[in-house]
Amino acid sequence: MSEYILEMRNITKAFPGVKALDNVNLKVREGEIHSLCGENGAGKSTLMKVLSGVYPHGTYEGDILFQGTVCEFKDIKQSEELGIVIIHQELALIPYLSIAENIYLGNERAEKGIMNWNETMTGARELLDMVGLSENPNTQVGSIGVGKQQLVEIAKALSKKVKLLILDEPTAALNEDDSENLLELMLEFKRQGISCILISHKLNEVSKVSDSVTILRDGQTIETLNMKGGEVDEDRIIRGMVGRDLTNRYPERTPKIGEVILEIKDWTVYHELQPGRKVIDNVRLNIRRGEVVGIAGLMGSGRTELAMSIFGRAYGRNITGTLRKDGKDIRNQSITEAIENGFAYVTEDRKEYGLILMDDIKRNISLTGLSKLARNMVIDDREEILVAEDMRKKLKIKTPNILQKTGNLSGGNQQKVVLSKWIYSEPDILILDEPTRGIDVGAKYEIYAIIHQLANEGKGVLVISSELPEILGICDRIYVMSAGRMTGEVSREQASQETLMRYMTKNGGA
Amino acid sequence: METLKKMFKNNIRQYGMIIALVVIMIFFQMITGGLLLEPINITNLILQNSYILVLAIGMVLVIITGHIDLSVGSVAAFVGAVAAIMMVDMQLHPVIAVLVSLIVGGLIGAWQGFWVAYVRIPAFIVTLAGMLLFRGLTMIVLEGQSIAPFPGGFQKLSSGFIPDFGNTGTNLVAILAGIIFTVIFLINELRERKSHKKYNFEVLPSGLFLLKLVLIAAVINAFTYMLASYAGLPNILILLLVLIIIYSFVMNKTVMGRHIYALGGNEKAAALSGVKTKKVTFWVFVNMGVMAAISGLIFAARLNAATPRAGTNFELDAIAASFIGGASATGGIGTVFGAIIGGLVMGVLNNGMSLVGLGIDWQQGIKGLVLLAAVAFDIYNKKKSSAA
Repeated sequence: MSEYILEMRNITKAFPGVKALDNVNLKVREGEIHSLCGENGAGKSTLMKVLSGVYPHGTYEGDILFQGTVCEFKDIKQSEELGIVIIHQELALIPYLSIAENIYLGNERAEKGIMNWNETMTGARELLDMVGLSENPNTQVGSIGVGKQQLVEIAKALSKKVKLLILDEPTAALNEDDSENLLELMLEFKRQGISCILISHKLNEVSKVSDSVTILRDGQTIETLNMKGGEVDEDRIIRGMVGRDLTNRYPERTPKIGEVILEIKDWTVYHELQPGRKVIDNVRLNIRRGEVVGIAGLMGSGRTELAMSIFGRAYGRNITGTLRKDGKDIRNQSITEAIENGFAYVTEDRKEYGLILMDDIKRNISLTGLSKLARNMVIDDREEILVAEDMRKKLKIKTPNILQKTGNLSGGNQQKVVLSKWIYSEPDILILDEPTRGIDVGAKYEIYAIIHQLANEGKGVLVISSELPEILGICDRIYVMSAGRMTGEVSREQASQETLMRYMTKNGGA
Repeated sequence: METLKKMFKNNIRQYGMIIALVVIMIFFQMITGGLLLEPINITNLILQNSYILVLAIGMVLVIITGHIDLSVGSVAAFVGAVAAIMMVDMQLHPVIAVLVSLIVGGLIGAWQGFWVAYVRIPAFIVTLAGMLLFRGLTMIVLEGQSIAPFPGGFQKLSSGFIPDFGNTGTNLVAILAGIIFTVIFLINELRERKSHKKYNFEVLPSGLFLLKLVLIAAVINAFTYMLASYAGLPNILILLLVLIIIYSFVMNKTVMGRHIYALGGNEKAAALSGVKTKKVTFWVFVNMGVMAAISGLIFAARLNAATPRAGTNFELDAIAASFIGGASATGGIGTVFGAIIGGLVMGVLNNGMSLVGLGIDWQQGIKGLVLLAAVAFDIYNKKKSSAA
């Protein structure tokens, strides 16, 4: 038997238009905790999906060796049979079933289809003991906290005789105590000989429990660091994660920065569903006319929640704080009011929140500005066509005509339609949430140019992005968010990927 | 030939139901030995189906927003009962009674809209409750009895015709209406084609376009000629046309219409674009209540009585009409015109099967299959077009 429980050799996985993984190598030793680090989109999740069989054998190139034998998984079931279990960031528990039922879901203790409840209950109790959770196995999963739910997931993994446990951002939704608990549990598993792969943005946790760290960047393995000697620290990992040259992928611009247009003070927002949990904590921020301001932060750091709570309270509860536009207090109690106050919010997920996919380009563009097109509530068709045509030309939307359904457009063109819609509403303040996600490089450049153009017209632009190079490439000033707080503010000159990453992972990252 | 094939493929959803309607009509025309398209039967078809078509107009709006309304039959019965009490028992003037009835319908719609839009209870449940509630109320206010007869003026709503001038055998008003309508239609089509061409949109090749115009003009005038040779234009047809035109206009040309489609297409995106989604949903239900009231009044006037069992299964016919007419069960798609065509498909099936002498049992079964086939056809087409 080799010293490695898992070897992934030269894994290459391509999606139409992008190579998500390019010759990736990963070797995990028997009984170690191996961390996988990298920015959002570096390929960590894709690699784990290849490993667990979500992407079946044949859809990727390269070999997977588990305990020395080559494996060709067709689906998750096959990898689980060998003891490879993945726990995803979004928990896969059924809230209305009991803990015991969840643990044995798909793997029921039953004879000829009839449940053996005694075995289910005793088995569940044993597994819960192993993960240190003292709950009645009959309790509904929905009624226990997220931290405990995470433990139930792990118990479920143990019930499958796990040999290699993969945890994808396990502590993202947990508070400090629960996180601490979970890390202890991982170390306990290690003593019992279970190997672990940990995917995490929280570098303090990574350096605390890991035996080795493999760093991925842009779909390639950069290096594997040995953590045992204690010579490798967080800064070293950060350097590996971001060390990329900034090429000329961003248009040039000389900013003409004017008066403060938007000022946010003492902004606090509570979670929509979990009362008492602060999502945004005492944030202050300002934007000036003609300025492109960035917000850097990991997923779950509260970036989107901040944007949506400002935009007419589209997210959150018990929102407190002051908003001031051009020196005057405003309230933004509803989305309509926010739009009237000159706000525009381009959402993170354009398919889910940005577009009416079954409608055509014209109707999507005019939706927010319909009142401008209408006299006595009757829409002027000709004017609407002219507006849409004008936008199509200005933003170079590639389409045979403006009657195309937006669902049929490419990502870049869809994003241009969303931008058109908001540009037509003539806002003073634009909030762009991940404006270039899933868009190819050429279209990205065009979108950056549009963003600069908007700023040059004297608007205030706020850009939220997970891609640090993008933030550095287009923003004049950058705020950094971590765990619902502003942890840093840096000018373009001072900013580097390392400093941003340091602020982003401060007090827990997400 | 290639372009013709492509045209057909692109427009099959739009024209599919019209073609189906024509095929069904030809079929029954043949097996009834020409009875179906007799002037008297055409007039009957309109009178028999008017109350369902009115409901279908309201229903398609509800379905476009992604909801459903099961209560319309009961609401129609209740409003008919209230109107009968006002006109027959209290001897109120029909105009006042009709206005009050419409307000009652609107209030009922507001009641259901409140639960759906603001409390966010699924419309299926709210209107299922409404279906039971208003059926119960109908029986209570009528004390289980029918109330009849209505004043003559009110009956005219369903059974009257537009008075004619002159004494020729055929009805000149109907013929004239047909011609005027054709002219308006032609002007409209030509204007739209011109503007589409200007902006480089796809238009029908001029040969096909001409054929389409000639066909539609022929159908309109043949239809009015048929009516003219029996008793002229039924009052109810005028009411229907006015409603169809107003609602098509609202759905296509006004801000409200756009907001309804946007809400049904993607509620979250619509809300983030500034559409007041709750308010829109609420008003769509208020509108449905008013339409149910109109339908109830028409039905009561036609029957010349308010009965506890009036309006039974109307909701199912209206819902079927909307879906046969191409509305999507997930919302965002559907047209008033489509719902009318869907309603006519059901109407012609009913009428044709009755003429042939099929029992009500067979009629129900066949209508069920037609509904299923229509929606299956629609989904099949959608899949094909998204794959292409």
